[in-house]
Amino acid sequence: MIKQLLKIRDLKIEGRSDETWSSIVNGIDLDLKKGEVLGLIGESGAGKSTVGLAAMGFTRDGCRISSGSVEFDGVDLVTASAAVKRGMLGKRIAYVAQSAAASFNPAHRLLDQHTEAPVQHRLQSRSESELDGMELYRRLRLPDPDNIGFRYPHQVSGGQLQRAMTAMAMSCRPDLIIFDEPTTALDVTTQIEVLAAIRDIVEQFDTAAIYITHDLAVVAQMADRIKVLLRGDEVEEADTRSMLSDPKEDYTKSLWAIRSFQRPSKPGVLKGATPILAMKNVSASYGKSPVLFDVDFDIHAGRTLAVVGESGSGKSTAARCITGLLSPSQGHIEFNGEALPLDYRKRSKDQLRQAQMIYQMADTALNPCSRIGDVIGRPVQFYSGLTGTAKRKRVEELLVQIEMEPSQYIDRLPGELSGGQKQRIGIARALAAEPQFIICDEVTSALDQLVAEGILKLLAQLQDDLGLSYMFITHDLATVRAISDEVVVMKDGRVVEQGPKEEMFQPPHHPYTDLLLSSVPEMDPDWLTNLLEVRGVDNIGDAAVQKM
Amino acid sequence: MSWGINLILILIATGAVAWGFRYAGQQLTSNKPLYRDMSFAVAFGYVFGVVICVGAILYYFQPIDKKGVQAAGVVFFRWAVHGFTGFAIAAYLFRLFGRSVGTTVTRKLFRSMPLTAAFGVLVIIIYAVVSIFAGSIAPYGQEEVLAGSNIVPGGNPLMGGDPEFPLGTDQIGRDIFSRLIFGAQNTVGIAFATTCLAFFVGGSLGFLASIVGGWLDQLLSRAVDVLMAIPALIFALLLMTIASVWSNQLGIDRTIFMILIIAMIDSTRVYRLSRAVGQNIVVMDYIEAAKLRGEGMAYLIFKEILPNAMAPLLAEFGLRFCFVFLTIASLSFLGVGIQPPLADWGTMVKDLSQFINFAAFAPNVATAPLLAAGAIALLTVAVNFVVDWMLHKSSGLKE
Repeated sequence: MIKQLLKIRDLKIEGRSDETWSSIVNGIDLDLKKGEVLGLIGESGAGKSTVGLAAMGFTRDGCRISSGSVEFDGVDLVTASAAVKRGMLGKRIAYVAQSAAASFNPAHRLLDQHTEAPVQHRLQSRSESELDGMELYRRLRLPDPDNIGFRYPHQVSGGQLQRAMTAMAMSCRPDLIIFDEPTTALDVTTQIEVLAAIRDIVEQFDTAAIYITHDLAVVAQMADRIKVLLRGDEVEEADTRSMLSDPKEDYTKSLWAIRSFQRPSKPGVLKGATPILAMKNVSASYGKSPVLFDVDFDIHAGRTLAVVGESGSGKSTAARCITGLLSPSQGHIEFNGEALPLDYRKRSKDQLRQAQMIYQMADTALNPCSRIGDVIGRPVQFYSGLTGTAKRKRVEELLVQIEMEPSQYIDRLPGELSGGQKQRIGIARALAAEPQFIICDEVTSALDQLVAEGILKLLAQLQDDLGLSYMFITHDLATVRAISDEVVVMKDGRVVEQGPKEEMFQPPHHPYTDLLLSSVPEMDPDWLTNLLEVRGVDNIGDAAVQKM
Repeated sequence: MSWGINLILILIATGAVAWGFRYAGQQLTSNKPLYRDMSFAVAFGYVFGVVICVGAILYYFQPIDKKGVQAAGVVFFRWAVHGFTGFAIAAYLFRLFGRSVGTTVTRKLFRSMPLTAAFGVLVIIIYAVVSIFAGSIAPYGQEEVLAGSNIVPGGNPLMGGDPEFPLGTDQIGRDIFSRLIFGAQNTVGIAFATTCLAFFVGGSLGFLASIVGGWLDQLLSRAVDVLMAIPALIFALLLMTIASVWSNQLGIDRTIFMILIIAMIDSTRVYRLSRAVGQNIVVMDYIEAAKLRGEGMAYLIFKEILPNAMAPLLAEFGLRFCFVFLTIASLSFLGVGIQPPLADWGTMVKDLSQFINFAAFAPNVATAPLLAAGAIALLTVAVNFVVDWMLHKSSGLKE
């Protein structure tokens, strides 16, 4: 019989808000054996990170464990003294945070931070620990493992940093590691590399792990068992395979079904039709460093063009050129066949009105001090000159259009809305200008999958009703599949491949498109294993990109 | 020497008691986490706090008279304790009053108010009332020369006071109480006007620089750097000297020049802050959205940026008000600020400053210059308390 490592019983956690304690986690049981990987999934607010931290006997500021026990190897961490916990944390239980960039101290070298825990716990001397760190870097397949530790956090890439953090968690050879969304902020090709490295090292050292994520396909690759959480309650728990093939609860089934949304494809574009927006051989640069090279694509009326690429591929820069925030150094942009002035300050009010933008982060896209009625009302007033009741009526119409009850929301501040609702307000603000063309910059990537699906459906509906054209910037191929008519793939500021969606998802692909497509995790638990067999460890992720 | 040895002995004893306190706590509560995880430093802190309280109480109750001479330290300490408790009680009652009277909005405001903020609000209200109604509150005029000079504050004839002048008179026989009241009008009023001007100029330019950027930002920022490189008080002195010539030639009141000069110097600090805050706000997507809509500069500054910059600006306003106030007092102390015979707290401190020398054996005599200084200190503390509270509220900080 394998030893029981972690045993959480009836764990209840409360958080303090507005002078009262409200429940965040209501009675979770959790068991973990040595060497086992448990996946915790759920939407934001499900309490998965809170449970993950509580497995270390720790809660965030303003939270408390109100009842229950967290037994780690026979010691109850809830009641254990600070000294006992100090001996345990970092040494036997380690934590890998979501944002490695924010979790490393930018003022110290990677290896100096790596050696802290082993030296503190008197497991190794400093020099031993440094050698061990290099060995771990090698096993995690970091480039130049003997020297990378002497760099500062900002000198390595996001995926490398996340692996360095995993190495740091491994430095004391803990029995349990808690991974809190370690790949959420990474590109697909980087993510796959990190996933492969984490899975390998956890297997090699027979470490137990709790893997927290909202991405089902990722958890399918990593976990032996999956536990689904919803608003602090457990929905169900089962083996990965049986959970994927045969979910019991409705909520789980709805999670599984998310990726099925796909709008019907439209008939092809008429030959010779004037595109609503055309990028003509546009090149652009920030200062002296060029970022866009000879980008050329068309967007036709009533259609959606998806621009796909990884961070740094120039897709957002292309959007900045269209809006006029960045003037191209070469080429020009045509709107309905007419050349647009390159600088937005030189465009007429009507030209500005025709092209609107929806932003990725709804939090920063809405003025936190303006009420919803003003956020949407301002463009209405600015472009159409409506005031008073006429303006209010128009705002209410717009709120109905984005499926929000006007009387309930019109006087709220953005801080009083959920993420998905804020994004809807962003859409309403764009619609208020009555544009023909909207740029959607990663509008769904900060949202939970269920909410994101709602937004995509709304955008599709609006396109059908109002005949809008979208330029849809995204790195998520599932979104592309769901909503686009045409696809442009970008890499390093160049268009690698473009064409109608049906063609893009059929082979033959450009090698980069092929790499992108093959890096998207699938629900099949054998997917990563198979992929590694087919491609080999050195032909995935950034390594493969660099070979191109 | 024995003084130092006593101190060391007290610290050692405190340490021993602290250790015992923690040990007893652990034994009596059967190892509750509070005592179990208490570090020695924390236990020492508790015990040391108790020692200081006991020491303070003993000091307070020792006799004032030592062989017929007043022990000044004890007198001042008693006054401080009386003032502290008096203000605390007044603030508490004021808050209680605010919580039970008025509209629901003000009641809610008072319910969320800490005692320090209630104290601040109370003091500010008193100052405002006093400076507005100075003419009818003050028993005498600010320039009126009365019967006796150098009457000691306290109103006790045995100690050289006069019940007619509770806070005494100055060297040429003007009533200090009346001059304090008129001083509030002059000093506070001018300080308020100056701060508002500094904020208007510095704030607008700072936001403008953060939106436009480029050469305008460079030009304004470097100009501000140059102004800030000159020590503020010396710069003000220099300019005031020049201004005094101009005011004679042009026939403009010197106070106007003083307001402009101090506002100019202080607006550089406001500029720095509002530019820094503005730069964090202009990179937000909602500013980009407004720019792409084609909005003008005034809309961007006043509708999009200003509401979001309110919290740090309010905090700065409180601090800046205090600094301006102190600058005016300093300038008056140096003789170039508010001119006699107008009453001003800075000038009053300066005129009576030699009485400080009596502090060691005649506390009442030494109080004369401290009254004006205390009025300045009280307002400064009060404003800062209120600003702290506002900052806390608007930033949404919890505890």
